Amino acid sequence: MNTDTHAAHADDHHHGDSHAHGSFSTYMLGFVLSVVLTAIPFWLVMSGALPSKQITALVIMAFAVVQIVVHMIYFLHMNTTSENGWSMMALIFTIVMVVIALSGSLWVMNHLNSNMMPIHQMTGMK
Amino acid sequence: MSPDLLKLIFGRLGLESLPLHEPIVVGTFAVVATGGLVMLAGLTYFRVWGYLWSEWFTSVDHKRIGIMYMILGIVMLLRGFADALMMRLQQALAFGGSEGYLNSHHYDQVFTAHGVIMIFFVAMPLVTGLMNFVVPLQIGARDVSFPFLNNFSFWMTVGGAVLVMASLFIGEFARTGWLAYPPLSNIGYSPDVGVDYYIWGLQVAGVGTTLSGINLICTIVKLRCPGMTMMRMPVFTWTALCTNVLIVASFPVLTVVLALLSLDRYVGTNFFTNDFGGSPMMYVNLIWIWGHPEVYILVLPAFGIFSEVTSTFSGKRLFGYTSMVYATVVITILSYLVWLHHFFTMGSGASVNSFFGITTMIISIPTGAKMFNWLFTMYRGRIRFELPMMWTIAFMLTFVLGGMTGVLLAVPPADFVLHNSLFLIAHFHNVIIGGVVFGAFAGIGYWFPKAFGFKLDPFWGKLSFWFWVTGFYLAFMPLYVLGLMGVTRRLRVFDDPSLQIWFIVAGIGAFLVFLGILSMLMQFAVSFLRREQLKDVTGDPWDARTLEWATSSPPPAYNFAFTPVVHDNDAWWDMKKHGYQRPLTGFKPIHMPSSTGTGIILAGFATAMGFGLIWYIWWLAAVSFIAMLAVGIGHTFNYHRDFDIPADDVVRAEDARTKLLAGAK
Repeated sequence: MNTDTHAAHADDHHHGDSHAHGSFSTYMLGFVLSVVLTAIPFWLVMSGALPSKQITALVIMAFAVVQIVVHMIYFLHMNTTSENGWSMMALIFTIVMVVIALSGSLWVMNHLNSNMMPIHQMTGMK
Repeated sequence: MSPDLLKLIFGRLGLESLPLHEPIVVGTFAVVATGGLVMLAGLTYFRVWGYLWSEWFTSVDHKRIGIMYMILGIVMLLRGFADALMMRLQQALAFGGSEGYLNSHHYDQVFTAHGVIMIFFVAMPLVTGLMNFVVPLQIGARDVSFPFLNNFSFWMTVGGAVLVMASLFIGEFARTGWLAYPPLSNIGYSPDVGVDYYIWGLQVAGVGTTLSGINLICTIVKLRCPGMTMMRMPVFTWTALCTNVLIVASFPVLTVVLALLSLDRYVGTNFFTNDFGGSPMMYVNLIWIWGHPEVYILVLPAFGIFSEVTSTFSGKRLFGYTSMVYATVVITILSYLVWLHHFFTMGSGASVNSFFGITTMIISIPTGAKMFNWLFTMYRGRIRFELPMMWTIAFMLTFVLGGMTGVLLAVPPADFVLHNSLFLIAHFHNVIIGGVVFGAFAGIGYWFPKAFGFKLDPFWGKLSFWFWVTGFYLAFMPLYVLGLMGVTRRLRVFDDPSLQIWFIVAGIGAFLVFLGILSMLMQFAVSFLRREQLKDVTGDPWDARTLEWATSSPPPAYNFAFTPVVHDNDAWWDMKKHGYQRPLTGFKPIHMPSSTGTGIILAGFATAMGFGLIWYIWWLAAVSFIAMLAVGIGHTFNYHRDFDIPADDVVRAEDARTKLLAGAK
């Protein structure tokens, strides 16, 4: 069984993975999408089209998230099957970690901030 | 020369930076310098520099790099342990009005250096070294994915260690505790170079750690031999994978938090000050987002080692392989959800504290599952009490104790009593020594014959084992008691004379551990002298189960003449069961990466840059940085990166092994 030496030295030199390289049209599509996704937030800020700054900031954040996805799909060629699904797994893991670290930090720091406020600031509160 | 010019050349480094007024440091320096000079002279006399340079320092062979990591870890263990002995002696003496023998300036550096060195430059190199040596062999690969990067990572770790060691004699080390919490570590309260040594030592070493994490993940994901699916990987390789995932996900947090601290110190930003909206709490929060995964980075590979050892020395397949893998993965995820338990007392409300308390308690479930898996593996096994197995059993007893005090500390109200007390100190030494250190020793004893071709001497090994285990219990059980009585950590002098007896017992324990370390060094020396009697010709001295034992001891540079094909878990055991015959003919040239000196040169410049930044020698920092870029870019034009081991050489190596094996029968 294990003596089959033929299978053993199958591939030392060239690595046989099929990288999903994009074509000219997918790169162009990605480029156009990212330009549009950058231009809209610019326009939102310059023109002040939305009523409040807070809403503008949130909308820009949303565009930024879409931008990240566009980059991952068109420039990093990520999909559910690339690298045998390892890219997707790594992405999910990264998102979980970032969400834990960010939301946890916000939660924790919010607590520390309100509970550990210096006395002289507390006296000013009702 | 004018003071301005001196300042331009030497930054804030001057003659007064040398600790000439501290007799203990001067004495240490004299001993270290003499020892170093003797070693350098010896190396020159025996003309081994060329050999060391071409065969070791510039080698990209994962086995040699792994061994160099282990040597780094053991050398730094001596330094870190010297600090521990000094602290134990100080605390045993400083009663009844006595100031002990260490002044506070020195004592504070000693406990900081002890923590930093033990975690970053002892535990990390030991764990990384074992992973480097074992993982490619276990998955039937020729080397890691990026052999040059591996060499570079190692030298960056050495660079960090060099900076920390330099602080002993040039300037001083941080006096802040091993995590350098601001505001104490900010420029206002620590204006000297100590914290800068801390920052740059860790930043330089951190580059190495992160890169080696990426390298090993890639190796495990991409270079497994045919037939080795994920669920056929040895458990050690699984734990190595999870550990490196943790490294890659958590070390960037450390890098960023130290970078922000350096901005506070160097350019006057206010991330972690008390002014202008800065928050020192944010530093504590961020550094523990790295810090808690870090302890699992250390202990997961140890769990892997114990799994391999238990199943080998019980002569049985590991009980509950699948549950072991899932437990490891669950611990990996959960280790990111518990960081706040390091600062329950810093002002979070009930909701936050109970969330993190509960996640902390949950993490003991997969760990407990592992413990039962090991027990059931031993159950009805034909257990051989060789040294690695003895370390494993000592681990199981000790770690359960440490784990239970950990669950105790996870209860927030209990933590309010025990936070920063010696109880905590006893707890984490209980899990780190009982888990990581015992694991590293089990691993060293287990894989030593694979690395060098001869077993370790059992007599000195057993002596070392008993000194270590009894020493550990004597040293740390009193600290549990003291902690429950309310004694806090990092104290230099004590008022209450009734406490002294506990510190004396702990000091005796530390001295026994010292004898254990000496016995271990003796064990290496004696084994080397008796290497002919202890020789392992079969390549499989323990009748083991995983692929690394399928090749010779020590393995040839190419590891396996033909890449093995795997059909089951415990691949080598399966091959032995099915009457595996070594291929004797048909050898082909083997494609291998070439050695390169670029790694050591780059790391040398990085260390010089760190030194320049620590002492404000801006020209040195700038020149080294530019040199680093130049060498890095220059290396991309190096096209002599690989070579073929000629088929004749492979035939010669394999024939020699055939003869040895025939002689053994």
